[in-house]
Amino acid sequence: MDWLWVVSDWLQALAAGHEPWESYARYFPQLMQGVWLTLQLVVLSGIAGFILAIPLALMRVSDRAWLWVPAYSYIFFFRGTPLLVQIFLVYYGLSQFEWLRQSGWLWNEVLSHAYWCAIITFSLHTAAYIAELFRGALQSIPKGEVEAARALGLSHRQQYSRILLPRAFGMILPAYGNEVILMLKGSALASTITLLDLMGATRNVIARTYMTLEFFLLAGVLYLLIAAVFIGLFRVLEKAYNAHQHAVRLPLNQIDPQLRDEHLRQQVKEDRP
Amino acid sequence: MDLHGFGPLLLAGTWITLKLAFVSLIFGLLIGLLVALAKRSERLWLRAPATAYTTLMRGLPELLLVLIIYFGITELLLRLFDWYVEISAFTAGVAALSIAFGAYAAEVFRGAMQELPKGQVEAAQALGLSPWAIFYLVMLPQLWRLALPGLGNLFLVLLKDTALVSVIGLNDLMRQAYVAAGFTKLPFTFYLAAAAIYLLLTIVFMQLLRWMEQRANRGYAEGRH
Repeated sequence: MDWLWVVSDWLQALAAGHEPWESYARYFPQLMQGVWLTLQLVVLSGIAGFILAIPLALMRVSDRAWLWVPAYSYIFFFRGTPLLVQIFLVYYGLSQFEWLRQSGWLWNEVLSHAYWCAIITFSLHTAAYIAELFRGALQSIPKGEVEAARALGLSHRQQYSRILLPRAFGMILPAYGNEVILMLKGSALASTITLLDLMGATRNVIARTYMTLEFFLLAGVLYLLIAAVFIGLFRVLEKAYNAHQHAVRLPLNQIDPQLRDEHLRQQVKEDRP
Repeated sequence: MDLHGFGPLLLAGTWITLKLAFVSLIFGLLIGLLVALAKRSERLWLRAPATAYTTLMRGLPELLLVLIIYFGITELLLRLFDWYVEISAFTAGVAALSIAFGAYAAEVFRGAMQELPKGQVEAAQALGLSPWAIFYLVMLPQLWRLALPGLGNLFLVLLKDTALVSVIGLNDLMRQAYVAAGFTKLPFTFYLAAAAIYLLLTIVFMQLLRWMEQRANRGYAEGRH
């Protein structure tokens, strides 16, 4: 990210030795690297959590106890305990098990890295919330649509993959956007396991500059900007995916072919009061 | 689960967690109610700051809020008035959590106020009740019933967010688990124990909330078929 240094040089030239601008200029690239890490955490765990949530939700709506009980317990655990406890359980807790530390690749490349621990925890955490959203949506699909899918002779599998899941996805999209914002706020906890995400980078910078208030407020502004971008993206996504529900009201003559002909239009106008 | 004698410490931490949650709840409800009223106000100078507050605070990480208040307020007071005030972790935690809770609670209260039939307020006005009396006698008793499900969820979130205050050194459940884990070198055991206690609290409060909701709706229980 070379452009950051360019922006930083420019800011420094502008400031020409004046505090606090000089500090802003010098540490701005660090904050932006923090933003980049925060974005990675949110997007990667958002995607992984979503993929994990689908089988969880399907298990949760099942009638068979051996399917819904584990899913219910999973969701209950992750929704009922603080994210901070979960991230500590994964990052600090797992080192308690000797056999895990001896497991080679899994430990050396994944579980001993704060980065992957954060992504794993956030994915598991958000999956529980998304699964619960999916459950709500699956259970509130109008009964007629389920019956229609059945009447078309679709197999159980096809019903879910072609009709029910896409429909549920459209229903949860707005709530999923909220969940991503919550995840963005939760991602600040990555700083507690030594990661230099936006929060961690900010605390690092403050430890060097003692400019507590300025940099915390700057971080706050950056978090709000990221949140605004996500909200905007989800609004676009929602509009595109649920386009059929926000149909544009076309003028009548574009919908009704009869009305395209001038002489007919006159007549129709007389027919319709 | 063998807690190596750290059980009482965890319980002491649980007590602090509960105190923190309840004190923040009280302030948070007050903030939420006042902000909800401000958001419904016709005066722009009341409505605009209230809207800004609920929009901004819902986008900021709670951890950032805790840190800003704990480290930032001291610096702010020092710079502005040359006062040196050291705020305790508990006070900072209550301030941060109630500010965060208030922003969400305001939305719940506003939603509940919108659900109240307009005719009731108009009837009260027609009877010549003062605005304060309308709020206190007509709206408030019903708000409780309408807002309870939303506020209940927010309280469960608040209960979990109290763990964040351990970052600034409050000896709550999370912090005590951290201490015990460091001392015994058994992090998994102690974080799992903390998780179990948080889960237990969640279950207890969920039951309590369900009972409260049933009680709040008892006037409507028979009417539905």
